[in-house]
Amino acid sequence: MSEAPAVPLPASAESVRPGSLDLLVVPPSARTGWRLLPARVAALCAVELQKLRHDRTELYTRAIQPALWLLIFGETFTRIHAIPTGGIPYIDYLAPGIIAQSAMFIAIFYGIMIIWERDAGILTKLLVTPTPRSALITGKAFAAGVKALIQAVVVVVIAALLGVAMTWNPLRLLGVAVAVVLGSAFFSCLSMTIAGIVLTRDRLMGIGQAITMPLFFGSNALYPVAVMPGWLQAVSLVNPLSYQVDALRGLLLGTPAHLPLDYGVLTVAAALGVWSASSLLGRLAR
Amino acid sequence: MRRRGGTRPESAGQDRLGPGPESAGQAEPGPGPESAGQAEPGPDTPVRGDGPADAVSCAGLVYAFGETTAVDGLDLAVRDGEVFGLLGPNGAGKTTALRCITTLLPVPAGRVSVFGHDATRERMAVRRLLGYVPQQLSADSGLTGRENVTLFARVFDVSRRERAARVAQALDAVGLGDVADRLAKTYSGGMVRRLELAQALVSAPRLLILDEPTIGLDPIARTSVWEHINAVRAATGMTVLVTTHYMDEADQYCDRVALMHRGRVRALGTPRELRDGLAARRGNSGEGEPPTLEDVFRDVAGSGLDDRSGDFSDVRSTRRTASRVG
Ligand SMILES: Nc1ncnc2c1ncn2[C@@H]1O[C@H](COP(=O)(O)OP(=O)(O)O)[C@@H](O)[C@H]1O
Ligand SMILES: [Mg+2]
Repeated sequence: MSEAPAVPLPASAESVRPGSLDLLVVPPSARTGWRLLPARVAALCAVELQKLRHDRTELYTRAIQPALWLLIFGETFTRIHAIPTGGIPYIDYLAPGIIAQSAMFIAIFYGIMIIWERDAGILTKLLVTPTPRSALITGKAFAAGVKALIQAVVVVVIAALLGVAMTWNPLRLLGVAVAVVLGSAFFSCLSMTIAGIVLTRDRLMGIGQAITMPLFFGSNALYPVAVMPGWLQAVSLVNPLSYQVDALRGLLLGTPAHLPLDYGVLTVAAALGVWSASSLLGRLAR
Repeated sequence: MRRRGGTRPESAGQDRLGPGPESAGQAEPGPGPESAGQAEPGPDTPVRGDGPADAVSCAGLVYAFGETTAVDGLDLAVRDGEVFGLLGPNGAGKTTALRCITTLLPVPAGRVSVFGHDATRERMAVRRLLGYVPQQLSADSGLTGRENVTLFARVFDVSRRERAARVAQALDAVGLGDVADRLAKTYSGGMVRRLELAQALVSAPRLLILDEPTIGLDPIARTSVWEHINAVRAATGMTVLVTTHYMDEADQYCDRVALMHRGRVRALGTPRELRDGLAARRGNSGEGEPPTLEDVFRDVAGSGLDDRSGDFSDVRSTRRTASRVG
């Protein structure tokens, strides 16, 4: 039980003289209503940016895979002309798909982080703050979006260096940012939902690896939906990644796209994701 | 069902239990939906009309993890402004009880309230009154000390105008002002504990809940953590509810303690009252060593003390915490 001897603890070298604590006796006035959600989202996004600022290794290591996709797969298939891209070089066609893919990988990994945060007690402590669970999940989802967005900038720069001709129209780039954030919000919520079901990191890791490839290949990231077999077209139809890639391609390359549908699907998917992940978050708190 | 191994009658040492619960065992409806717009009564409105509410009041609290009844009819009343120690061996149910009080776990049976606010129906109001430091070291190692505290200032709605000053005061209060801009992963175990204290203090809680704040720390770091707790409490007048299995600490630093064993409070009072009570029962007030709190605990827990205290998972998580502390 108590391993320590029952003698008084030693006095510390310096005695404790806290300075003025006048602010620490006044509770802050509570935000209520609609202003609570944006405040929590901003707080959690700020933390994500701070972490990225302290440790950029992940940013660099995660840039390797998309760079290889563009460099090897993109350059090769540009030469073979095997995939009907509607007249644009294949590497150009591929670039938006790879942006979406790298954002999705980050988002799926984000759900694994929430289990780590649970095990470390970080999540526990956040759950004891005046933050409704839906606000916590929305904050985490947008934080994943912020992280994915910064990753997307890296991939865009790599693509530009490889000679991909993309738009620099600020309005279109803003649209790209929104699509990346919405898509990441959905995939991180998908991952946090699975986390709420399986509860352990190992199982989530396995499931995450098992679903990322089908989501990637069952989308229009590498090839147009028209060349897919019927069953894969059906997968692509319910795969939010396809809508994200469609929007990115339309905005970055000017190919024909269905922007209202794309944004509609991404928004609804993200909202459903927030709802399902927040209703399962309680299981992670037990 | 658990075996009941204690040989002593239930009433041993319980004579000083505070005013009895009005509705022990009364089942509460399930957790209500949490919405951002939920009405929050002011922190100073007690629900009951009879005088100021206790900081924490638990009545007939029961919580079971499947077959394991972790908390088995807990009655507890923590008074406003005191340092209250919840003592017991590993597995006594201390953490589970705290997690019910902090709204992390639902309250399946019994009633829990914090300053008069019901822990299941008024979760947001309860959380605004709490500062909570869980048993694990829970500061984010990828952020600096200041960033760790700032996050909690933000999620407790500290205004932007006041934020930097408040965060600085909280860090100074725990003696981390000079290292505030270092990453938390470079902190020692005792420093992480003090950082967590700052995280909990930045929202000016009326009730500070500390779960094993000194577990795994060396004696110097333990003293330092306690001195900071005491200094802050003296300056702010907040109520402190702390769990520990170090009986010597409780004896030294707590105004009142409850000895918990197998999910229930077995004895309650000031450390001195409990020690004197045992001395009187033994009738050896004249000669021999005066009893320690640990002796009191052995006395009220009876013979069943050693067989269930600290099962494997408890030991493992304690070790994990200890190894993170370094
Ligand atoms: N998440 C959990 N799932 C299953 N059993 C648990 C869980 N948490 C605690 N327990 C069990 O409940 C009992 C009380 O645990 P706990 O409240 O952590 O005790 P203490 O904090 O006093 O060491 C122990 O037997 C422990 O094994
Ligand atoms: Mg415990």
